Amino acid sequence: MTFIAILSIFVMACFVGYYVVWSVTPALHTPLMAVTNAISSVIIVGALIASAEAGSVVSKWLGLIAVVMASVNIFGGFAVTERMLAMYKKKERSAAPAPKDRG
Amino acid sequence: MGLAGSVSFPQFFAGVAFAPPPVLGNDYAVVPAAGAHAVNPWVALAYLVAGVCFIFALRGLSSPATSRKGNRYGMAGMLIAVVTTLVTHDIASLLEIIIAIAIGGSIGFVIARKIAMTDMPQLVAGFHSLVGLAAVLVGWAAYLNPGAFDILAEGVIDPVSRAEMGLGIAIGAITFSGSVIAFLKLAGTMSGAPIMLPARHVINLATLAAIILLTLYFTVDQSVWVIAVITVLAFIIGFLLIIPIGGADMPVVVSMLNSYSGWAAAAMGFTLHNTAMIITGALVGASGAILSYIMCRAMNRSFISVIAGGFGSDGGGSGDAAAKTDRPWKRGSAEDAAFLMKEANQVIIVPGYGMAVAQAQHVLREMGDILKEAGVSVKYAIHPVAGRMPGHMNVLLAEANVPYDEVFELEDINGEFAQTDVVFIIGANDVVNPAARTDKTSPIYGMPVFDVEKAKTIFFVKRSMGGVGYAGVDNDVFYMDQTMMLLSDAKKMVEEINKALAH
Repeated sequence: MTFIAILSIFVMACFVGYYVVWSVTPALHTPLMAVTNAISSVIIVGALIASAEAGSVVSKWLGLIAVVMASVNIFGGFAVTERMLAMYKKKERSAAPAPKDRG
Repeated sequence: MGLAGSVSFPQFFAGVAFAPPPVLGNDYAVVPAAGAHAVNPWVALAYLVAGVCFIFALRGLSSPATSRKGNRYGMAGMLIAVVTTLVTHDIASLLEIIIAIAIGGSIGFVIARKIAMTDMPQLVAGFHSLVGLAAVLVGWAAYLNPGAFDILAEGVIDPVSRAEMGLGIAIGAITFSGSVIAFLKLAGTMSGAPIMLPARHVINLATLAAIILLTLYFTVDQSVWVIAVITVLAFIIGFLLIIPIGGADMPVVVSMLNSYSGWAAAAMGFTLHNTAMIITGALVGASGAILSYIMCRAMNRSFISVIAGGFGSDGGGSGDAAAKTDRPWKRGSAEDAAFLMKEANQVIIVPGYGMAVAQAQHVLREMGDILKEAGVSVKYAIHPVAGRMPGHMNVLLAEANVPYDEVFELEDINGEFAQTDVVFIIGANDVVNPAARTDKTSPIYGMPVFDVEKAKTIFFVKRSMGGVGYAGVDNDVFYMDQTMMLLSDAKKMVEEINKALAH
């Protein structure tokens, strides 16, 4: 791919990001941060390439450490987002609210 | 960028080199390396699909109803990206990789399960630091083993790739050290107060300039010292940028670092020519930038002044007499509050972070339930800066089982106070201070606030009359005719009100 092609994708993606993020409801801004955290760990792709290939031992170990870090983020980020999103509930009609106090 | 690889570059590790000035142009494709030789179109397509999945992931967050589906799209995108990479590269060490993913994955999963919702800001800051460090490590790995990343051109690393690599490492390192400081401040391990160095603006600008110049120089000399110095300087600047920021500005810092982690991923995407990384990086970068903007707007602070730091220091604002006055105010009781709220048609609850500190969200939701059963319309009004990060208060209320359709944003509910019988302010202060609208000399002037004084009755839950908000300014609402102060610990007070309501 040429540099200009890549740059074009990047610039377009910035615009997509701009409009998509403005459409996120403010109530979900914390889950937004958690999920962006998880997806920015797509950097694991680079870490995998580094650790998968024979060549430089140092590079392989750097890659493996980066894989561990990105994995913390991927699993942690998606799991905590899922956990938060599960808490958002609509008003229950006529159903008795469960008086469960965890505070 | 856009430097052509048509000039001959010194050998790898050749030491200081004097290359002829590179020719400007964008004929990047003339360099046959850069992954061009063996790119399977299906692989590129798979990464593109992953990128699109990430767009859907964010798109899903436009409503709580679609949000979980969005999250699944995100997971699917990540799975596609990882599997594609593993399938299309010669894997010399699959077992090690699986072990690395298992270690990292289980750590992340356990943390995600255990973390308290009040601790989300530091969790997010901690996660940002990992993205930053991963970017640095990947950049270094690419530098040491450029062949694996297909960025070799005529025996040396392609100069454009070098610029991208330098930028990626620099942004990653800034994200890392900045996030570590943010994490320590938010977790309370380090004092939240801003730490001011003398001449810090000069030091910061000089360091930034050095990083940029060295990155440019890196395109003509790929010696290891250049990239090493860039890395070290970037670690230092990340640290220097965050230590002077504290207190109420931390939500902006967390959002800003979110943005940086995105730009770091995007820069690495440029190096690797990977569309999934570029799209994700742009999305995350935009997301963090917008959240920073929203937070700054909610505090009526300019981004520059936040970055320059110093707000929320213990001296300054609160120092000048802490606005202690002898103006008369009325004290209310739990019974007063219970009686008036039960008689009301509509009650608006304005929670602030103090409510979460007192762990009062669950009893508060019980109070709301009792009132609703008595036929009162109950709404929650959330200011953008009510928590420690964007949207934090919404999560805390959701955790306490408050339905999200009872929770309203500032601009959606501000018109309703005039038709509201009772406003119940708990753990908030600056966000209901009318001085933000009327007093030009106030430090919070211009900040959008709730028009609570338009309501018939105001109950203000507060620990004592002494303390003032973050900004250290007095609040006229305390002394208004329709205001009753409920001086107590937030949780205890609401529990007493619930008891009184039960009768």
